[in-house]
Amino acid sequence: MSFLAVSPQFLLIVFVLGLATYGSRVSGYWLLRGVAIKGRWKAAMDAVPPAILTAVIAPNVFLEGPAEKLAGAVALGVALLRAPLLVTIASGMASVVLFRLHFSPG
Amino acid sequence: MVRAGGWDLRFNKRDFLRGLADIAPMTLAYAPISALWGTVAASKGLTPFEALLMSAGVYSGAAQFVVMDLWALATPLPVLFLTVFTLSLRHVLMSASVSRHIASFSKRRASVLLFWLTDEAWAIIERRALTDPITPSYFLGASMPIWPVWFVFGTIGAWIGTGLGDSRTIGLDFAFAAMFIAIVAGFWKGPRTGFILAASATTAVVAKLYVPGVWYILLGAGAGMIVAVLTYREETP
Repeated sequence: MSFLAVSPQFLLIVFVLGLATYGSRVSGYWLLRGVAIKGRWKAAMDAVPPAILTAVIAPNVFLEGPAEKLAGAVALGVALLRAPLLVTIASGMASVVLFRLHFSPG
Repeated sequence: MVRAGGWDLRFNKRDFLRGLADIAPMTLAYAPISALWGTVAASKGLTPFEALLMSAGVYSGAAQFVVMDLWALATPLPVLFLTVFTLSLRHVLMSASVSRHIASFSKRRASVLLFWLTDEAWAIIERRALTDPITPSYFLGASMPIWPVWFVFGTIGAWIGTGLGDSRTIGLDFAFAAMFIAIVAGFWKGPRTGFILAASATTAVVAKLYVPGVWYILLGAGAGMIVAVLTYREETP
C-alpha cells in the first residue's frame, strides 16, 4: 500500500490549512448568528453578494484585454435577457474564445 | 416544512435536487480546474494520495494553487496558514451574509454545511435566497456535490501528472467570471445597485493594480458596502 504513504508533516500541513479555510467559512456565521440586522447595517449586508462578486471578477473583466471586456458585456447582455445560467456561462466562454482569436489570432 | 429544534428541518429530496440542478453547471467547470491543480501538485512532488488529502481537506482552489506556488520554497507552516487565511477572508464576509438565510438551522448542522461554502455555492445560495427560503436540503444539494468532484479530479490530475493544456483555449478561465456576471445581474434593483457595483468594480480594479495579494476583493466589497450605507434611505426596502 505504498501509494497510501504520507508523512505526519504533510498531514499536519493539510490539517492546519484546512483549519484556515474552514475557519473562514464558519466565522462569519458564528459572529453574526442570532444578531438582528436592521437599517443601515442591513443595507451593508444586502450589498455583500453583488459587491463581493463584482470585486472578484472586475480585474478579470477590466484588466485583461478587449476580448475579456467584450465577453463580459456579452455575458451581461445574455444574463439581462433572463437566460438560464448555463446559457450565460456558455455565451461568456464562447465569446471570450472568439474575441481572443479576433484580437490576437494564432 | 418541519421545524422541531435540534436537527430541525427534515431532508427534502426535491430541495436537494433543486440545489444540485442549480450548481451542476459549475460542477462541470470545476473538474478541469481541479485536474489542472493536480498536475501542478504532481510537478511539486505530491503523490496522488497527498493530492487527494489536500483537495479534500483544504478544499479551496485559490488557496491550493498558492500553496503549491510556495511549496518548493520550504515556506514555514505559520506563513502558509496566514497566506491561506488571507486568501479566504472573503469567506468570512460570505458566511456572515449567508448566516441571515440559515438562521433556522441548528448551530451544529450549519457548522457542518458551511464546510462546503465555496464562492460558487455561496453565490447560488444567495441568488436562491432572493426568491425562496433556504432549507438545509437545498444548501446541501447546492454545495456538497462540488466537493467529491473537486478531490476526485484533483487526484486524477496528480495521477496523470502532466499538463492538460491551456484552459484559455476553450475559455474555461472565463467560466467563473460569466457565472458571477449572471448572478450579479440578478441582484439589480435600480440605479442604487449601479452605484454599489461601480464603487466595487472601480475599487477592486485600482486595488488589483496597486495592492499586492488578494486584498482587492475585500477592498472592492467594502467600497460597495460603504456606498450601500451612504445611499441608504429609510424607505428603501
